[in-house]
Amino acid sequence: MPTDKDITIYALSTCIHCKKAKEYLDECAVPYECVHVDQLTGDERKAAIEAVKKLNPSVSFPTLQIGDAVVVGFNQAEIDKALGK
Amino acid sequence: MTAAELHQTLRRLQEPKGYFFNTDMSMTTPLLESLLINKERYGYMACPCRLASGDRETDRDIVCPCVYREPDVAEFGACFCGLYVSREYNEGKTVRHTVPERRPAELVLAALGL
Repeated sequence: MPTDKDITIYALSTCIHCKKAKEYLDECAVPYECVHVDQLTGDERKAAIEAVKKLNPSVSFPTLQIGDAVVVGFNQAEIDKALGK
Repeated sequence: MTAAELHQTLRRLQEPKGYFFNTDMSMTTPLLESLLINKERYGYMACPCRLASGDRETDRDIVCPCVYREPDVAEFGACFCGLYVSREYNEGKTVRHTVPERRPAELVLAALGL
């Protein structure tokens, strides 16, 4: 599925919901960037957490930015809506 | 210890308390493996679906089973990460939701030093 939206998923490498959200994005065949925050350190980690906090004050994972939309948790219906499916 | 051994060990402890492992092993096995990874990384089994700080004291509310398991299973039939569920959840008698994060954001940020 072609999309003009920039997609970033902030995830944890140990989180099953993050893994399933990524699998779903793969299924949708949309390009995305994945940031495994738990594998970052130092300033890079801090910057990633700040970025998540701006999108999702709970700082929970996964946090997906799909264009202008933010989806918190693996919520397929919300991802579909954000993708315009 | 393997995920299968952890599964057996914890089942004996948790089921009598009314907490059952999710029968969807595509969830449960990776989650148990992640607990073992976090034990290796941090020295304690931090919740696989929460960003641990690496400091046990600061993370004590999210050491598995987390303190949020009880209210989450009571309300949603499953804990935040989906590892522990109610009997009814496994029997398909509950509507399955994305469990929202119950941990207060200020605790998350304090734990992360922000």
